[in-house]
Amino acid sequence: MSEFDNQHSPENQHAPEIPGFTETSTLVVPRPEEGSKDHTMVLNMGPQHPSTHGVLRVVLEIDGETVVKLVPDIGYLHTGIEKTCEAKFYQQVVPLTDRIDYLCPMTNNLAYCLAIEKLLQLEIPERAQWMRVLLNELTRLNSHLVWLGTHAMDIGALTVFLYTFREREEILRIFEHVSGQRMMTSYFRIGGLALDPPLDFFSSVRALVKILPEKIDEYENLLTGNPIFIGRLKNVGFLTANDAIALGVTGPPLRASGVDWDLRRDMPYSSYEKFRFEVPVSNDGDVWARYIVRLREMRESVKICQQALDGMPEGPIKADAPHVVLPEREKMKTQMEALIYHFKIVTEGFQVPAGEVYQAVESPRGEMGYYAVSDGTAKPYRVHMRNPSFATLQALETMCVGRLIADVVAVIGSIDIVLGEIDR
Amino acid sequence: MAEALLNTQAVFEGLAQNVAIQALRAAHPDAITNAKFDRNELTLVIAADQIRAACRTLQTAGYNFLEDVTCVDWYPAEPRFQVTYHILSLKLKDRVRLHAMVQSIDPSLDSIVPVWPSANFYEREVWDLFGVRFNGHPSLRRIMLPEEWEGHPLRKDYPVEGYR
Repeated sequence: MSEFDNQHSPENQHAPEIPGFTETSTLVVPRPEEGSKDHTMVLNMGPQHPSTHGVLRVVLEIDGETVVKLVPDIGYLHTGIEKTCEAKFYQQVVPLTDRIDYLCPMTNNLAYCLAIEKLLQLEIPERAQWMRVLLNELTRLNSHLVWLGTHAMDIGALTVFLYTFREREEILRIFEHVSGQRMMTSYFRIGGLALDPPLDFFSSVRALVKILPEKIDEYENLLTGNPIFIGRLKNVGFLTANDAIALGVTGPPLRASGVDWDLRRDMPYSSYEKFRFEVPVSNDGDVWARYIVRLREMRESVKICQQALDGMPEGPIKADAPHVVLPEREKMKTQMEALIYHFKIVTEGFQVPAGEVYQAVESPRGEMGYYAVSDGTAKPYRVHMRNPSFATLQALETMCVGRLIADVVAVIGSIDIVLGEIDR
Repeated sequence: MAEALLNTQAVFEGLAQNVAIQALRAAHPDAITNAKFDRNELTLVIAADQIRAACRTLQTAGYNFLEDVTCVDWYPAEPRFQVTYHILSLKLKDRVRLHAMVQSIDPSLDSIVPVWPSANFYEREVWDLFGVRFNGHPSLRRIMLPEEWEGHPLRKDYPVEGYR
């Protein structure tokens, strides 16, 4: 036996023995050969694979083209955001929440702000609540457009990407116009919004909402009747309702498995109870069902945006809580009291009564929950994010085993994975 | 917002109709060591050695969806680690939070993966970042950090920046 053979013999495949150490490349050990034809091999997919939407690594055990076992390996984007939160004032955490899920920053802002407002027991003015709903639905559209473009591109339909990013650009322009940032908006504050929306904000949203239904028709023209797209998506990546619940799946994949659950309707927050919309559900449980559910969700989001524009109440955009909310610029220049509050909030933060809360919102990917613990000081004692993709990733093996490698790509696309949110 | 009920007796009286409390008290009379209802959220402190049984009871009582497992480090207080479970009932549209308190020396408690497979990643995350072991977990490995990492960064005695 040559030296080369020896290195690759099974005895030497394991990493050096360090207590508590498992080399991840040997997570899946190939089974001993059973005859010359019947054997499996281990394939490493990612972290640089384009269809993993970031840095997901999947270790596959394959028998020919068929997946026998699948182990996701995550943590490549771990930046310790939860630890960083403990060293910041409550208001300084808001920009960190954007960076968890970079496709739906406003949803994260909202979940965090709602959690802290619940701790403080603040009343948020109606106009701020409705603005939050409007911007959250735009964020959902933004996220679903990115999903649709990249999902179709994974399948091989490259054209759709150019179409969806054309409309996404319009949404990002609106975000830039209202908050000054295209992606990391940080527009929500504890107690309301950062700024009044600019004067032509509503007219530009109105123009966008008007064209969106026909644009969604356009995407459907490209995809829904396309035989290749149907062939790649139908009857692929099954997930039953019981499995989905047991594995913690939320959002569109849960609804595509036939579970009628949407936090916006079932546990409403930020005055979602005042909006009328349908929750699309499908009983098929395959990749196609997730595609259909998300497309119908986009149409419902457009409806919610329309209602928010039509019924947008007048009034203040910040809560009346001088010890929490920064004062108006003009007041700060003319009133001593406002200047003192401003100075104190910026330099010392504000104290939050001790307690713990869990606030969940329906993000484009599922249930985004923030668990905040306060010990009565100006910095959070603990902030934990419950992320939808993190849980949904556990269902990947159930959906992929027994299918081809090409189906793994379709399934990863269909759960709309965002690695920033998984790794935090 | 409903009024806060801050001790066990008040919660048992004020929320006598709550399905979670009824089921737990019937099946495990001594499991709930403390209870709190604050900001419309129910928190039950469960004896750490009964956590798996309590979760199974809740699951059969209709609380069918495990949302989250995480941990809070109350260093230097003892018991130091507060493992927190958020459990949701899709049918009752109700959420209950369970706490299990774990000592700082050799922190460990029963895994609830046999009850909810979704606890797998969450418990690995708690092990990785807090160093709390879960007995009976199918593969308790680090999930966020590299395997050779020393220490558990979300513990309060682990610095936010600089060297240790």
